[in-house]
Amino acid sequence: MAYLDHAATTPMLPAATAALTKELGELGNPSSLHAAGRRARRVVEEGREVIAAGFGARPSEVVFTGGGTEADNLAVKGLYWSRQEERRRPRILASSVEHHAVLDPIEWLAGSQGADIVWLDVDAVGRVDPQQVHDEIARDPESVALVTVMWANNEVGTVQPIAECVAAAAGFGVPVHSDAVQAAGHLEVNFAASGLDALTVSAHKLGGPLGVGALILGRSVVPTPLVHGGGQERDVRSGTLDTPSIAGFAAATAEAIDTRVERSASAVDLRNDLISRVLAEVPDARLNGDPRLDAEHRLPGNAHLSFPGCEGDSLLMLLDARGVHCSTGSACSAGVAEPSHVLLAMGSTPAEARSSLRFSLGHTSTRADVDELVASIGPVVERARAARSSVTTPRGK
Amino acid sequence: MRVLAALSGGVDSAVAAARAVDSGHEVTAVHLALSSNPQTFRSGARGCCSLEDSRDARRVADILDLPYYVWDFADQFRQEVVDDFVAEYAAGRTPNPCLRCNEHIKFAAVLDRAMALGFDAVCTGHYAQILPGPHGPELHRAVDVDKDQSYVLAVLEPPQIARSMFPLGGSVKADVRAEAATRGLLVADKPDSHDICFIADGDTQGFLAARLGAQKGLIRDRDGAVLGEHDGAFGFTVGQRKGLGLTVATPDRSPRYVLSIEPLSNTVTVGPREALAVREIAAEGVRWCGRPARDGARLALQYRAHGETASASVRLPSGVDAQDAVAAVLDEPAYGVAPGQTLAMYDRTRVCGSATITATS
Repeated sequence: MAYLDHAATTPMLPAATAALTKELGELGNPSSLHAAGRRARRVVEEGREVIAAGFGARPSEVVFTGGGTEADNLAVKGLYWSRQEERRRPRILASSVEHHAVLDPIEWLAGSQGADIVWLDVDAVGRVDPQQVHDEIARDPESVALVTVMWANNEVGTVQPIAECVAAAAGFGVPVHSDAVQAAGHLEVNFAASGLDALTVSAHKLGGPLGVGALILGRSVVPTPLVHGGGQERDVRSGTLDTPSIAGFAAATAEAIDTRVERSASAVDLRNDLISRVLAEVPDARLNGDPRLDAEHRLPGNAHLSFPGCEGDSLLMLLDARGVHCSTGSACSAGVAEPSHVLLAMGSTPAEARSSLRFSLGHTSTRADVDELVASIGPVVERARAARSSVTTPRGK
Repeated sequence: MRVLAALSGGVDSAVAAARAVDSGHEVTAVHLALSSNPQTFRSGARGCCSLEDSRDARRVADILDLPYYVWDFADQFRQEVVDDFVAEYAAGRTPNPCLRCNEHIKFAAVLDRAMALGFDAVCTGHYAQILPGPHGPELHRAVDVDKDQSYVLAVLEPPQIARSMFPLGGSVKADVRAEAATRGLLVADKPDSHDICFIADGDTQGFLAARLGAQKGLIRDRDGAVLGEHDGAFGFTVGQRKGLGLTVATPDRSPRYVLSIEPLSNTVTVGPREALAVREIAAEGVRWCGRPARDGARLALQYRAHGETASASVRLPSGVDAQDAVAAVLDEPAYGVAPGQTLAMYDRTRVCGSATITATS
């Protein structure tokens, strides 16, 4: 079996599993005042410190959530709402290649709350232009509720010019959020240095458990809460804190950050090997995203390729049957793949977008995984091409 | 064999897939997404388009330990089945969408894709049998006559039949349900799908009215006398007796039936039952499930999915323009036969073929 879908989720690091399972056997609500509560609270706060240190933030800036999607929702909806208090600010500036966890809250705000969406264009490799961020805000600064640009794209791996986007917004007093779910633990992500107001991270993409994440939130930034209740997490996000998951998240973050440089370098090497060998097997395949294969421009483990004349669905199924796990990059609740909005925004046709696969490497990836893919990809592409041409041929009645 | 099992989320396709596994085949499951906007969780199961059905299909695949994928055929389904359904009603005919789906989706687009991807056969939960015959595999009625679905499969031609598996054809429904329960399939007591899968609430008239628009028209008798009004000729089927909304009774109080539907003038003509009697049927677009019938063959005809059969002599007109036409002379008059319906032809339990009715007399 070759698991090449680490961007979907990556195996838990042993230190994270150990920390999580140890806590599962312990007692205590971190909000309780007695000894058991204090013990649990200590685990949460130590975890908060580790995670804050890992991402260049202060502990008080870490707001735990039930994962990346919740953190993105809190940033987008929470900031949009709080920005309406003083005066109406209908505009949201967002890159057109955001993850659905950002995209859908924005579209919901537009549909039900009268928000005006300004989609920021991307170039052919999927990068936004900071000048457009500046110009759109400058056109009417008072009308902008927030700006959101992801740190690195989950499908094609393109790293966005976050520092330049923040600089473009600086001086207008508009909060800037970035979804760093794919970047955290893999690229250098420093909240303080970035100048961002809010940053989303998720545990399970960096070797921690599923179901826990955080919104790193500047101390002066106060979004309207989505979840009301006991007032945990700065009154921004209520709900009993999940001590075991936070312990696992912290252990994973510590190890991911400590070993980031070496892991990133070996992922880049293995990924580059994967790309060149797949292109050798399928010469007309095309690499999507930034062709500069360094961690400054592209996520280390990401390879995203189009296979002309194939359906991504067919490729995925045929590779799955041969034990190779990968992704078409997007799926909806009923499991029907739509052509990727990311590739469409980059200028692909729907047919090109549907012909794509994402291979993503991670901390357990080996050369043998790549060998398995390389051994299968040629016949699989040939088979998928035959399948597509059979379906697109019109049938007589 | 490498078998692609289509799982609708219902009990029949689940047991069919399980039996294919038991027979030693290497089975992969697919659920066909036929609606681009799946309805949210509906109560009861009516077809194959809801999120609940796709979840049920996934759970069946889990229990049988099969790889599971969703194949999106929503565009083709809309074009070939739904649009055709609406257009046929608009033209005053009565289509059978399940038949069109089998013809253009399940045993065409899906089968083609499966073959191209390296599968040897497609397995479904249809109640019909494929039995060996002297000239190759033959399509036969199911053992369970109440559930028999051979009529909606009568459009299949030999290459399609050779690549199809219907593991339920030899069983009765009650046994299939019991088997599903024994196997631990959670869909064992799920209600049967019925009506038309893409009309979630079962309101066919409302579905058609929303697409064709309500249009007032006249109901006349055979002499042209106006007896009433209607909201759209598409709301009627030849042979229909109930729901005509007529207030003028016949002199002898005998019931009236829909005799014909004229879409251009939006007129529905009604009359006595004897005026519905049909002795001869002409049909085109014949498809033979095996070797073509001989001219003059004595066959049983069925012209509705769950209708009775009528004995007839089938003529195959000769001539260049008549290659795909058949004509049938019935032994006894039949009622409620209308252009647009599919005529399925049987030799005892064997399905010989089908054609689309073009005229009756």
